Amino acid sequence: MAEIVTLAEAIAEAVHDGDTVAMEGFTHLIPHAAGHEVIRQRRRDLTLVRMTPDLIYDQMIGAGCARKLVFSWGGNPGVGSLHRFRDAVQNGWPGPLELEEHSHAGMANRYAAGASGLPFAVLRGYRGTGLAGQTANIAEITCPFTGETLTAVAALRPDVAVIHAQRADRAGNVQLWGIIGVQKEAVLASRRSVVTVEEVVDVLDSRPGAIVLPSWVISYVAEVPGGAHPSYALGYSARDNDFYLAWDAISRDRDAFTRWLDENVHSGIVTR
Amino acid sequence: MTEPPDYTADEMMTIVAARALRDGMTCFVGIGRPSEAANLASATHAPGLVLIYESGTIGAKPGFLPLSIGDGVLAETADTVVSVPEIFNYWLQPGRIDVGFLGAAQIDKYGNINTTVIGDYRNPRVRLPGAGGAPEIAASCREVIVILRHSRRAFVERVDFVTSVGFGDGPGCRERLGLTGAGPQRVITDLGVLRPSPRTCELVLTEVYPGVRVPEVSERTGWDLAVSDDLAEVPPPDPAELSALRRLIAAAPALEGAAP
Repeated sequence: MAEIVTLAEAIAEAVHDGDTVAMEGFTHLIPHAAGHEVIRQRRRDLTLVRMTPDLIYDQMIGAGCARKLVFSWGGNPGVGSLHRFRDAVQNGWPGPLELEEHSHAGMANRYAAGASGLPFAVLRGYRGTGLAGQTANIAEITCPFTGETLTAVAALRPDVAVIHAQRADRAGNVQLWGIIGVQKEAVLASRRSVVTVEEVVDVLDSRPGAIVLPSWVISYVAEVPGGAHPSYALGYSARDNDFYLAWDAISRDRDAFTRWLDENVHSGIVTR
Repeated sequence: MTEPPDYTADEMMTIVAARALRDGMTCFVGIGRPSEAANLASATHAPGLVLIYESGTIGAKPGFLPLSIGDGVLAETADTVVSVPEIFNYWLQPGRIDVGFLGAAQIDKYGNINTTVIGDYRNPRVRLPGAGGAPEIAASCREVIVILRHSRRAFVERVDFVTSVGFGDGPGCRERLGLTGAGPQRVITDLGVLRPSPRTCELVLTEVYPGVRVPEVSERTGWDLAVSDDLAEVPPPDPAELSALRRLIAAAPALEGAAP
């Protein structure tokens, strides 16, 4: 059963130095507040797993939390590059960053395999690309029924998944809707999980298209209104596209980034 | 002296890309210029175009240009919203989607696309965002349209890294790899349109825009560009296309000037 705790308690309990951490949310419902808490608690040597590293991992990489990044698309959507990610890869600042790189289809299937308790997933993917030769987690496999050559990808089994959702009830059942991404698979693939929610309510009334993750597959729930900002929670907030645009200038420069981090994350006050 | 046109080369590129989409098609849309072109097509000649974004929104009708593939408006206007594993496994992979629309940092003469690194993979000069949904879009959509500005830096003999396969190393390669779609059937640039030769799979210049001369296109291409015997000139934008595009852009003021 999920324990309802503060965000600081959830991160302190669930995320340890050296862990493999998957903070998911596909553009929508990105758990930014939880990422900031990981930065504030100065976690180190994390293997960060996420399909789209987005600003959340740009910040965590720049803050020195990450040793390795497992991902499929590392840009600022609609804006351009992730400059902290690029600085780490091209110049090793603030430290070297090991990369393991996939396609979206590959990552999604790796989570699905993890959630399914399987060692790998099969897809039509990667064939002929340069990606396949760069990691042992992509391999050719022959279909035992047709003889066709397909691609196998190793399951993802993170130590902890962190997601943001719209609501939870007091028992810790979590409800999310809108673009649901790969969050269900990430939670079910991981040993532990933290869910931040916009609000904790008495009853989760039904919503069209909503999914519920039962309390018994979740470790910790923390109420963090606005916890996805500058991403958004459908029904609660809109994507702060201006912040995504502003991030380009903040993140280009190491000093500007460090100042932003001090003023907005380490201070504990996040500008909205 | 002729009058300078009342449209930009980028506007022409987007409009030509929009024209390539037919009403009723299903289209897997990338963010940026592909999304501009697809939304322009929806707003003009193809109101029944089905826009599919990799965020899992099927049949999105945003009405303006979203900044990301996961803006709220896409979910709110979609026919249905599915998970990311589902959009790739059930919808893209079996070949249900007519056209995939991709951008590129580099493209080579066989239509292979690089969005991963410039330079060596382990020690890159420029680290680019990476693959995203592109490798499987390029593999499994019935056909692919690529849209990018024409320059020697982008149009290279051989891409530094194959992120998404076009025709690999030439004829027969897609079949050998088991790639089910037809691959890149058009590369739309700010100068004209390239299409693969059915015989060699090499990209050939088949159309140029008004006022564009072939030597200019060759000059901006990093390989010895073949030119079609039936080279055509594409008609300029008509006023309705231009005003619809400008309305779309104006409704999303943050987008312009944001790209690096």
